[in-house]
Amino acid sequence: MEHYLSLAIRAVFVENMALQMFLGMCTFIAVSKKVETAVGLGVAVTVVQIITVPLNNLLFTYLLKDGALAWMGFPDLDLSFLGFICYIGVIAAVVQVLEMFLDKYMPSLYNALGVFLPLIAVNCAIMGASLFMVERSYTFSESVVYGTGAGVGWALAITAMAGIREKLKYSDVPQGLRGMGITFITTGLMSLGFMSFSGLSL
Amino acid sequence: MATDTKTLLFKPVVAENPITLQILGICSALAVTTSLRVTIVMCIALTVVTAFSNFFISMVRNYMPSSIRIIIQMAIISALVIAVDQLLQAFAYEVSKQLSVFVGLIITNCIVMGRAEAFAMKNPPVPSFMDGIGNGLGYSSVLLILATVRELFGSGSLFGIEIFPLVSNGGWYQGNGLMLLAPSAFFIIGFLIWIVRTKRVDQVEKNEFHIAPHTTREVVH
Repeated sequence: MEHYLSLAIRAVFVENMALQMFLGMCTFIAVSKKVETAVGLGVAVTVVQIITVPLNNLLFTYLLKDGALAWMGFPDLDLSFLGFICYIGVIAAVVQVLEMFLDKYMPSLYNALGVFLPLIAVNCAIMGASLFMVERSYTFSESVVYGTGAGVGWALAITAMAGIREKLKYSDVPQGLRGMGITFITTGLMSLGFMSFSGLSL
Repeated sequence: MATDTKTLLFKPVVAENPITLQILGICSALAVTTSLRVTIVMCIALTVVTAFSNFFISMVRNYMPSSIRIIIQMAIISALVIAVDQLLQAFAYEVSKQLSVFVGLIITNCIVMGRAEAFAMKNPPVPSFMDGIGNGLGYSSVLLILATVRELFGSGSLFGIEIFPLVSNGGWYQGNGLMLLAPSAFFIIGFLIWIVRTKRVDQVEKNEFHIAPHTTREVVH
C-alpha cells in the first residue's frame, strides 16, 4: 500500500508531468487562459490517462514484450518496436470512444469538454505517461496508480497556471514579453516552486 | 501562397519560428536541451520526421477522406518515428538512451501534426518537403541556442568538451546548477521570445486590457 502511495505522490508532485517533465506544454500554454476551461481540460486528461496507461500496460505485457507471444507458439518474437504505433492507436481510439460515450450518456459533461476531447489525442502528456510506464516496467496495478497520478498532477499544474494568468492579464507587462513570454517565465517560477517537492518521499 | 523554395526554407527560422511564434513543439524543446550532443540528434530526428511526413501526407492528400485523415496522418508519422527510433538504437545507442521517451514523443510533437494539417494537406509533395525542412530548421535553431546556453553555463562545457574549467577540476568556473534543471529552460525560452519580439515588433501580442493612463504623467501608447 505504502509503495503505491509513494508512487502516486511522486507522479503528482515530484515528477509533475507539466512542470518537471515538460510534457503537454503546447496545450498547457495555449489553453490556460481561463480557470474554467483549464479545469475541464485537466479532468479530461486525467480520465484519458486513467484508461490508457493501464490499457497500454496490458497491451505491452501480453502482446508486444519480448517473448510475450509464447502462448501463441512464438517464443522468440519481440514486437516491442511496434510500441509507438500501438500506443497512439489505443489513445486515439479511447479518446474517440470516450467522446461517443459522453455524447450519449453525459451530454452536459460532453458539452463542457467537447472542444478539448479531440485535442487530447495529440497531447504529449498522455503518450509520455504510456512511454514512461513501459520504460520503467511498471506492473498493471502500478500503472493504474501512475496514470492517475500523472493526470492529476497535470490537471493541478494547468489549473494553477490558469489562476495566475487570470490575474496576470490586468498587469502591465513589458511589450515584448506580453502573452507567451511572460507565460513561460511564470511557468519557470512555478516549476521552481514544484522543485521543493523533489526531496519528498514516503 | 509562396512556393519559392528559399522562402519555404528560411521563413520559419526567424519570421515564423514554430516555437517562439506558433507555440508548437515546446515539450521536447525544453526536455532534451541539457547537453548539446543529445540536442543535435533530436533536431536531426525531428527535421527528418517532419520533412518526410509532410512529403508522404502531401502525396496521399487527395485520396484520403477527411473524416479519417487524423488517424492516417498519425499512422504515417508513427511509422516514420519507429524507423528513426530503430536507426538511433542501432547506430547511436548511448544517445538514444539519453533521449529516452522523447524520440517516441516526436509522434505527438505538435510541429509534425501542425505542419501536416496546415501545409501538407494543401500543397504538392516537394514544397511540403521543403516546408518540413524549414520548420525543422526553425525548431533546431531555438533548441541549439537553448542547449548552448544551458550546457555552457550549467556544466561549463560544449559537446562534453570543457570550455570553462570547473572548480571541481581545479579551474575557476562554478557550474550553475539551475541551468541543468527544469525551470531554467522556461526562463531562457521566455527571454528568447522577448529578444525576438523586441526586434520584430509585429509579433507582439495585443493586451487584453489597457492600463488606465497614469494621473500625473501622460502615457504614450
